Amino acid sequence: MSELPTPDLLYSEVEEDLRASVRDLLTDQASPAALLARVETSEPYDLKLWKTLAADLGAAGLMVPEELGGHGASARETAVVLEELGRSVAPVPFLGSAVLATSALLAAGGSVAAELLPRLAAGELTGALAVPLSTAPGAAFPATVSVNGDGTLSGRAGTVVDASVAELLVVPATGPDGPGLYAVEASAAQVTELVSFDLTRRVADVELANAAARLVVSGAAAEAALDNALTTAAGLLASEQTGLTEWALTTTVTYLKGRYQFGRPVGGFQSLKHRLANLYTDLVNARATARYAADALAGGFDVPIAVAVAQARVAPIAVHAVEEAIQLHGGIGMTWEHPAHLFLKRAKSDELAFGTPGRHRARLADLVDLPA
Amino acid sequence: MTPDDLQAQVAGFLAAHDPKTTDRLEFLRARYDAGLAWVHFPEGLGGQGAPRALQPVVEAAFAAAGAPDNDPRRIGIGLGMAAPTILAFGTDEQRTRYLRPLWTGEEVWCQLFSEPGAGSDLAALATRAVRDGDDWVVTGQKVWTSSAHTARWGILVTRTDPDVPKHQGMTYFLCDMTAPGVEVRPLRQITGEAEFNEVFLTGVRIPDTQRLGAVGEGWKVAQTTLMNERVAIGGNALPREGGLIGMVSKTWRERPELRTPELRDRLVQHWVEAESLRLAASRLRQQLTAGAPGPEGSAMKVAFSELNQKLTGLEIELLGEEGLRYDDWTPRRPEKVDFLGREAGYRYLRAKGNSIEGGTSEILRNIISERVLGLPSEPRVDKDVAWKDLPR
Ligand SMILES: Cc1cc2nc3c(=O)[nH]c(=O)nc-3n(C[C@H](O)[C@H](O)[C@H](O)COP(=O)(O)OP(=O)(O)OC[C@H]3O[C@@H](n4cnc5c(N)ncnc54)[C@H](O)[C@@H]3O)c2cc1C
Repeated sequence: MSELPTPDLLYSEVEEDLRASVRDLLTDQASPAALLARVETSEPYDLKLWKTLAADLGAAGLMVPEELGGHGASARETAVVLEELGRSVAPVPFLGSAVLATSALLAAGGSVAAELLPRLAAGELTGALAVPLSTAPGAAFPATVSVNGDGTLSGRAGTVVDASVAELLVVPATGPDGPGLYAVEASAAQVTELVSFDLTRRVADVELANAAARLVVSGAAAEAALDNALTTAAGLLASEQTGLTEWALTTTVTYLKGRYQFGRPVGGFQSLKHRLANLYTDLVNARATARYAADALAGGFDVPIAVAVAQARVAPIAVHAVEEAIQLHGGIGMTWEHPAHLFLKRAKSDELAFGTPGRHRARLADLVDLPA
Repeated sequence: MTPDDLQAQVAGFLAAHDPKTTDRLEFLRARYDAGLAWVHFPEGLGGQGAPRALQPVVEAAFAAAGAPDNDPRRIGIGLGMAAPTILAFGTDEQRTRYLRPLWTGEEVWCQLFSEPGAGSDLAALATRAVRDGDDWVVTGQKVWTSSAHTARWGILVTRTDPDVPKHQGMTYFLCDMTAPGVEVRPLRQITGEAEFNEVFLTGVRIPDTQRLGAVGEGWKVAQTTLMNERVAIGGNALPREGGLIGMVSKTWRERPELRTPELRDRLVQHWVEAESLRLAASRLRQQLTAGAPGPEGSAMKVAFSELNQKLTGLEIELLGEEGLRYDDWTPRRPEKVDFLGREAGYRYLRAKGNSIEGGTSEILRNIISERVLGLPSEPRVDKDVAWKDLPR
């Protein structure tokens, strides 16, 4: 195995400051009660909160260089925002816009990207990447949208994350000249929101019928840009999953300290203490693994392995942690009023997002030369 | 009594009551009266004192003839829990009054046990019953009560003496769900549906004739219900690939594009577990000839819950893109738990309740370790303290 650079697995002061302001905002604007009240209305996304987060706190432009109107920070800071979004399951299109669409355009480069990125970074424009949320890094370039003779696009992409609130769609499509990434105004497409398993993060079907489109990048560079976006998203998602894990642990610990059965707090039973200690052990692992993926993405080293490890390890930890939270809350955990179900739905769909842990394990086996 | 005897009886019954031409209820009532409802129950109460293990023979013979199902809504509380408890503790009048409409499905039952402050620690419950002439007056709140909205009767545990340690001051009743003072409010759950309820009991008058067991013996009666509940949940008679494993296996066979070697390995592991659990359930039923489930039922329930949860989690992973979707979040009040009639997301969420309802897996493991393995219990702070003095 080759020598790896020493990663920085801690949080910088700047990152902690960013976390504090995001957390304050979400504590204030995205309480579980507010979330529950919102999920079944006609406005499941909180677009006001999104504007504040994206524009006022500058979270949408963290990965965008200053010359393109961003903050010139990196995946590390973006990861911190995702941790906080995981701790609150706030319904904002951060993943679709600030991570997926933005990474795709950043990797693509060129004049169309240079025109769109400042608007995405400023939170003026919300974007989505038109591939199924379950698409894994390394997957073949999608073949469901084609470029017509006149340069318009036709075809469809299913279960696209955050598409229902996006104004800009970044669409992978294949034409006579091979693969390309295209920019399409959402108003030129038909976007149908699906009944999503994750109530706080929606998926939609995108239909294109001779939709006007602008070419962003073509050929191998388009394939690379798409893969970059999926890889970045898969790696950063581990930070959201770490946030989910942390929520599950702290909420459950608090509950079990105060819940009395058999004349004593149930958290005092040794079998439960050990379960919670195991969750803490998992959290310690999740955080370091997610931090490594963010640092690798920021520094451009060891990226494929760091991302595969992150999704293989952290996705199941988050699902397990929230499943434990539900179990340990007993009957209350099975009710709609208690927010635990929102976290379970997020954790389980995160496990499918950008490839299941099984797929990432298989990919990792190839990357580290462990043949079948 | 042999399987052949019973098969002959069923054949005779079918000759006299053609399921195609006989009214459904008439058929079911006649089947009960012929002692072919639950063969291990006494004569006159739907049975004939036959070994319990012979019940599947009867079920199979009736099913093969297309006989009507006595439990179309699949609400296990009446059949699985109320019936054996009424049989064990009821007076002759009570057994005669309740068992027949319970078995035919004319009357649905629910279980009014859990309370906001008394779940795993059921014996801590606070719902009061105070004697008033020939009646008891009941006030309190129950929670997570499955199918209270469809039930005609509820099995109810109450506190009748707060001054003695908690296990000694409880009394068990059969509660008329239509009585004044019973209020059922839907309680929505993780799946979107309101399958369970909150039940408020305010000055509900229950005649003493609806008491089950002696005053102060409610805990003993409730134990019988709970033991039977675990068997009812975990000990179902299923064919090979019955239930969830069949569902996932079917998807696997029909959808080659979803397959990966890793998923196949996990599916086969679950298949093996499901098969061995099915055999363990059959073996348990064979042991139950005397009709008194032991702590083995707890083990079955733990294993069944875990397998359901693993399988439904795997099913969503297998479905990939489709697993990101849900069939329907509409708040509904279903008549039954429909595990197989809905989609993967519902199954995954509903299965989370399997390890909580009917005793949590943690409590069942405590029961196994203490009652089966004989390990010492944790120090108990609540054993000898009057209920009213317990910390809550
Ligand atoms: C879908 C569903 C349907 C239900 N239907 C009914 C119904 O029809 N009728 C009815 O009466 N009730 C019903 N219940 C309630 C159910 O019986 C209770 O939820 C259950 O007994 C647990 O009680 P609790 O929720 O108060 O959890 P708690 O007792 O508060 O337990 C919280 C957590 O602590 C653990 N714990 C508690 N004590 C110990 C201990 N000593 N050692 C180790 N761990 C411990 C528990 O296992 C759990 O994980 C239903 C519940 C569900 C989820």
